[in-house]
Amino acid sequence: MTIASLIDTPSELTDAASSKTAIVLMTRIRLARNLANSPFPGWAKPAQRDAVLAACRDAVQATPPMKRCLSVSVAELSELERQILVERHLISRELSDAKAGSGVVLNRDQTFSVMINEEDHLRIQVLRSGFQLKKAWSAINDLDTALEERLDYAYSPTLGYLTACPTNLGTAMRASAMMHLPALVIANQMEKVVRAVNQLGMVVRGLFGEGSDASGSIFQISNQTTLGESEDEIIKRLGNVLSSIVEHELNARQKLLEADAGKLHDKIGRAYGILQNSHLLTSGEAMNLLSLIRLGVDLDIFPATSRSVIDRLFIEAQPGHLQHAQKGRFEAGQRDLLRATRLRAEFANFARPAFTLNNNNEGQN
Amino acid sequence: MANPLKCDLCTKPATVHLTQIVNNKVHKVDLCEECAQAKGVTDPSGFSLADLLLKASLNPEAPSGLRCESCGFTQADFKKHGRFGCPSCYSVFKGMVEPMLDTMHKGTAHAGKVPQKALARKSLHDRISKLELDLSEAIKSERYEDAARCRDEINQAKQSFGQTAER
Repeated sequence: MTIASLIDTPSELTDAASSKTAIVLMTRIRLARNLANSPFPGWAKPAQRDAVLAACRDAVQATPPMKRCLSVSVAELSELERQILVERHLISRELSDAKAGSGVVLNRDQTFSVMINEEDHLRIQVLRSGFQLKKAWSAINDLDTALEERLDYAYSPTLGYLTACPTNLGTAMRASAMMHLPALVIANQMEKVVRAVNQLGMVVRGLFGEGSDASGSIFQISNQTTLGESEDEIIKRLGNVLSSIVEHELNARQKLLEADAGKLHDKIGRAYGILQNSHLLTSGEAMNLLSLIRLGVDLDIFPATSRSVIDRLFIEAQPGHLQHAQKGRFEAGQRDLLRATRLRAEFANFARPAFTLNNNNEGQN
Repeated sequence: MANPLKCDLCTKPATVHLTQIVNNKVHKVDLCEECAQAKGVTDPSGFSLADLLLKASLNPEAPSGLRCESCGFTQADFKKHGRFGCPSCYSVFKGMVEPMLDTMHKGTAHAGKVPQKALARKSLHDRISKLELDLSEAIKSERYEDAARCRDEINQAKQSFGQTAER
């Protein structure tokens, strides 16, 4: 399997949209694990990093869920391939910039990804479309247990799984959900939500993690602390926070429609017009327009089947994916032209918006 | 904290004072304009108090002479990187880690998953090492009955070991 074939294979991220993924696009859980007798990646010597990489690659490939997988070292990947993996949330920016002796193992539908020698020896990730914290935990727990049969983990009865950074000690688990919250953004309520979520010990970030902006009204919400609570408790707490955010988003949509449906319909209609006719689109603008169309799907203005098209475009409008589709080099200035061309083609055959006075919140999810 | 409030991260006067309540615990940080900007305090979406507290808690202490035997890591290295050198560092720098955990996490003791299989394998491994030591001592002092018993137990332990891993 190669990176190129991976991109053309249906994946959980790009091909699983349904009404169940209306507000929570996807759920992700990441576990950090380290080998007992090796220095952490940031402190290890090159030979030690290589040894850990080899041992971990073998162990990961021997587990049942990773039988048919793609296992590569970061050094083997081109800059473009690394960028594509970052855009698909399969590797972190940190791993993409990693020095020699780092790698990643991915399964075919890209639900599992194991980063080797990122900040910790192993960063195991599972990705599920929609709001599926429990299923995601059960899947990653099984993979972790299978790995434990082959690797000696660094573990302390009091501190739990030992990690390079003490902020990850204990369960070493980061559970997160990617949420589409356009109405809260339009109603200027996101700041309030962020503050409330912080008070509950959860963190809100942009689409691509720490420091990234929330273009497309997509946010990542995850647990902040890892020590002192079991995985089940963290997941339950996060689940409650997510449900309450979903409710707030649905309320905000209802209020926008009640207060001034014309104004909201205007935003969605204009987004449709621009996507059909523009010739230059930055990544940020494209994301925001697609976000409005996605909101339109949720409000029955566009058919439900269009949702998966939008979710795929969220990923394919990213610079790395655009460049891959083009199969050649192009200048940064041409990128906006290419993106607009791609979206024009996509929206030439897109269903026309059906605005009726009865468009209201379907209350899904 | 010094009298005219100083930034927790550098020594400039603090102008941003942040109080956050997480799990009924009050966390306070005082920052200068620059550090507040750099840490994204003004942008609530990219801001993590835990990371900030981690770095702040490291500033005042004088460097101790502690050094991790297994990897050569020192306390000064931790101040620089904010990460530890190897798993053993956690026992070496225990005195420094414990006070941090209280502000950083919900609790100070692990309550989650236990790697049962890895632990079982380790205890079996330790048992074999001990039996091998006993065996060589028994042979040295010519206690052949003990030696035979040790040998049998080692074989038995190795058999169950082979089923879990070949290490």
